Amino acid sequence: MPGIEEFTFGAFVVETAFVGDIAAFALGDGTLRLARGISVEQLDVHSGAILAAAPTRDGKGLVTGGDDGRVTLIEEKGNVSVVAELPRKWIDRVATGPSGAIAFASGRQVVVRLGDGRERTFDLVRAAGGLAFAPKGLRLAVASYDGVSLWWVGTDAEPVTLHWKGAHLGVLFSPDNRYVVTTMQENALHAWRIEDRQDLRMSGYPAKTRSLGWTVKGRFLASSGADAAILWPFHTKDGPMEKEPIQLGAREVQVTRVACHPRKDEVAIGYRDGMINLVGIAQEKETLLREPDGGPVSALAFDRRGSRLSFGTEEGAAGVIGF
Amino acid sequence: MSSSQIPVTVLTGYLGAGKTTLLNRILSENHGKRYAVVVNEFGEIGIDNDLIVESDEEIFEMNNGCVCCTVRGDLIRVVEGLMKRPGGFDGILVETTGLADPAPVAQTFFMDDDVRARSKLDAVIAVADAKHLVERLADAPEAAEQIGFADVILLNKTDLATEDELAGVEQGIRAINQHAIIHRTERCAIPLDRVLDRGAFDLERILTLDPDFLESDDHNHDHEGHHHDHEHSHDNSVASVSLRSGILNPDVFFPWISRITQEFGPDILRLKGIIALRDDPARYVVQGIHMIVEGDHQRPWKEDEKRESRLVFIGRNLDEEMLTTGFRACLA
Repeated sequence: MPGIEEFTFGAFVVETAFVGDIAAFALGDGTLRLARGISVEQLDVHSGAILAAAPTRDGKGLVTGGDDGRVTLIEEKGNVSVVAELPRKWIDRVATGPSGAIAFASGRQVVVRLGDGRERTFDLVRAAGGLAFAPKGLRLAVASYDGVSLWWVGTDAEPVTLHWKGAHLGVLFSPDNRYVVTTMQENALHAWRIEDRQDLRMSGYPAKTRSLGWTVKGRFLASSGADAAILWPFHTKDGPMEKEPIQLGAREVQVTRVACHPRKDEVAIGYRDGMINLVGIAQEKETLLREPDGGPVSALAFDRRGSRLSFGTEEGAAGVIGF
Repeated sequence: MSSSQIPVTVLTGYLGAGKTTLLNRILSENHGKRYAVVVNEFGEIGIDNDLIVESDEEIFEMNNGCVCCTVRGDLIRVVEGLMKRPGGFDGILVETTGLADPAPVAQTFFMDDDVRARSKLDAVIAVADAKHLVERLADAPEAAEQIGFADVILLNKTDLATEDELAGVEQGIRAINQHAIIHRTERCAIPLDRVLDRGAFDLERILTLDPDFLESDDHNHDHEGHHHDHEHSHDNSVASVSLRSGILNPDVFFPWISRITQEFGPDILRLKGIIALRDDPARYVVQGIHMIVEGDHQRPWKEDEKRESRLVFIGRNLDEEMLTTGFRACLA
């Protein structure tokens, strides 16, 4: 088994990401823990819980949103700045884009703050379920009830709406900017091919998908929500349409998180019982990375080179695995 | 899993009935408990408490083709967010707007798997204005639904009504909902353990299906309520139908209850029952909201307990004869 450094934080690990060389963990107790090797620094960034967090695109910072209405940016050196403060609101969705762009949402209000300080607010008819910047950052996708709206972040042009009935909770673009994918309330994913708005429905999950990721070059979309990681092929002309997905790491335990290796065709899979496996897409070779301890894996992230994997659980266990 | 499910209390009531008064009381009283409170607007909440969450009512229709399967998307998010906080809660209170249909709120705790794993509906409380409820029942369909849906009813502002008016309004409540517990209050003054964490939705409360038990509760109830169904069965008002039978054949009962809820779900506000099944040593409890029906074994029948099945429907346009005949046909 590869080397593993474990920590006991005692609070729900909402997100993890590498900030520069540091493994950062955003917790439900409002703190951020920054792990350098075995030493851990604690930063109190929110007075309540951290509800959402996302690493900046340059990999040198982490944006957090909390139930204290604050959005904060933590940088590599450990300095914290408050990006926004909406008293008595819960900021439970955040997203980051190129050139320091940040988006966050509370209910029906979405705010985009560009790297140059310009700020725009979008008022929606229905609450924002998820946010994602397009790869080049020109557009922001907002998932919501009955579809996704694509907003131009730099102009006042009307948003483009991609319609599909139902509640859309999370959203992301494919790396080639051809597809927008959402997770839904009803245990399914939906995707639109942007150029012709072709609908793609990916269903059959026994639970909601909460974790998505693209494998190298966007060939596969890896997803949680079943007793295996489900990988939908996106590298062919029509994407996953009428194709069977690949199932990786099948166990009789639900997959709660997936993280795709940034350079290899491998997926790290976190399960409801706390186990973490690394599985190769082609050979289906499985490596056990962490023994189960009962706490559902709630956060999982590779560093930029894919040489380390950080993880956290709902029960407050966390760690870094080195390869 | 079930031991860690946080009890959820849903607070309904027509505008001005006193929901905010009750909330302020719950938040300010020194009960040593930790409640998260979801309100539709901070408005007159007089207490600053970091566990008060303002939430925009966000109704999700489910894509399962069922017209009444709606949930509150905002509540799903709030519950998920609350679960990230350390320390846990003794309960979650959800205030609904005066005109809200309580069903989506209640259904959220059955239909969303993640929410269901973490929380359970404890009781639906309706706060009613003793002076004005009778008028509201006549002119606002939402008011009748809120009463029909309730496990516990606070008949509030009793100081502003005469004893005759109170008797009249209780009779009006009983005409809709024979099984809710009614508490008379002034300014919502009531020991909180009478309304919170009652397990009312939890099916121990079905014991109140026994009319004798009902009468021993707070007040003497008029018997009128038990006969009203015949008077009202042809209009659109909310009413209750109570059924009683012996030991049932599961192979007949389950298809029957499933068919009834599929067919008449939109008209059924609530259903609750304790069922004695053939060759089954445990009491089987069922509950439902519209087209959702859930059942589970509760506890073994006691030696001296009469094995019988009881089922109550609260809803609109309920065909008592059809339900009675159908329920009897389930006899083992």
